[in-house]
Amino acid sequence: MKVLIPGPLLSYTKERHVEASGTTLAELLADLDHQYPGLRFRVIDEQNRMRPHMRFFVNGEQVFDLTCPLRPTDAVYLVQALSGG
Amino acid sequence: MKSATSKPVTRKQGLAARVKRASRLKPARKVLVLVATRKGAWLFHGDVARKTWRVDGPHFLGHIINHLVLDPRDGRTLLAAAKTGHLGPTIFRSTDRGRTWKEAARPPAFAKATDGSGRAVDHTFWLTPCHANEPSVWYAGTSPQGLFRSGDGGDTWQPFSHINDDPNYRAWMGSVQDGTPDGPKLHSIIVDPRDPAHLYFAMSGGGIHESVDGGKTFKPIVKGMEVVGGFDAANIAFHDPHCVRLCPSNPDRLYQQNHCGIYRLDRPSNEWVRIGRKMPKRVGDIGFPMVVHPRDADTAWVFPMDGQTVWPRTSPGGKPAAYVTRNGGKSWQRQDAGLPESQAWWTVKRQAMTADAQDPVGLYVGTTSGELWMSRDEGERWTCIARNLPEIYAVEAAEIA
Repeated sequence: MKVLIPGPLLSYTKERHVEASGTTLAELLADLDHQYPGLRFRVIDEQNRMRPHMRFFVNGEQVFDLTCPLRPTDAVYLVQALSGG
Repeated sequence: MKSATSKPVTRKQGLAARVKRASRLKPARKVLVLVATRKGAWLFHGDVARKTWRVDGPHFLGHIINHLVLDPRDGRTLLAAAKTGHLGPTIFRSTDRGRTWKEAARPPAFAKATDGSGRAVDHTFWLTPCHANEPSVWYAGTSPQGLFRSGDGGDTWQPFSHINDDPNYRAWMGSVQDGTPDGPKLHSIIVDPRDPAHLYFAMSGGGIHESVDGGKTFKPIVKGMEVVGGFDAANIAFHDPHCVRLCPSNPDRLYQQNHCGIYRLDRPSNEWVRIGRKMPKRVGDIGFPMVVHPRDADTAWVFPMDGQTVWPRTSPGGKPAAYVTRNGGKSWQRQDAGLPESQAWWTVKRQAMTADAQDPVGLYVGTTSGELWMSRDEGERWTCIARNLPEIYAVEAAEIA
């Protein structure tokens, strides 16, 4: 499925849109980490919690659970929350 | 025999002669100053006289770099403790002194807890390379407080010792409300150069701790240290050491800048002595960094901050100055020549003042207002190396061939 990558993670993927697979958000992130080593830990902490300023959207809906099921046709967006300074 | 008419050489004349001699001898080793800031890292390459500086940076522009350290064992490997406003923490490594960087394969992370109560590293705050008798080993301190070790030059990290999950230590670490404004820190990780099994670390807050068995056990070592008025000094959680340093020329002597004063500890004693009592009353003995001389255990420097009322943590009176002791803290001298004389409300963080190993010793100070200053004569006179950098978190001086 298509995954939109936020700016801060472009140092890993080099491109905004990448392909990854998985039947859950957790599996998708595992595949992304396999393709782009280190990426997962920057967005998910060691207790499997989403990091405070990262947001995950599936087909435009924000999800908060890594067990969220995914289909191959879904569009997943990784988004950085508005926080700066 | 000394001539009766010969004049005694003053300390300033002695230093001047050493500067002249040092520049004539062209020391083979140059100084590389590593500057970690809230928005990236910069490397300043000094010439042999430490008079001109070539800037290399920014590295990791926009990343929060808490510490940038060169491995003295190979003179090439750099570790940078990094995160961004959005992304989690990591360690970047360079094995060619900053020309190229690679992310650590396994950055410091706490053990996974099955009951959902586990902690997550917010940022790595402190990096300590071990000595030549322990190749490739590094320690890291994090926020929230955690102690980590790498045995492969900083590529993979594991939780170290019992303290990250020990109930006593967890209580002493307190909560996020008990630490510094951007989180409680584990810092000042010190490895005894004579014995890799002899370790110290400090926590803000949470006291100073020692292990003599390679980290199997740690014990607090806070006797003699004071706490904020009204609190019980017997409670380890109330102790806030800001920076602890071991003297390379006498590893049985440590100096400490604390939230409540400046201290010295001479082992095997377990009792800290508050040597800051000898500082001028109008200046006080509060601050963040503590710097020791590489070859003279009686000499140490501090950079006082205003600790009154609401804890401004700025140079007292808006007049920045270092203070040096040359007798183990029996007396202190002000060193402000060349520094701004008024209206300079500097804050210098605990990792933002350091010394090189040259003769005379060079001192380096970074401010939260983005200025980098140095003295090439042990604090007698200061000059500005750089202005307009981001908020400086840490300054390290490395010796390179």
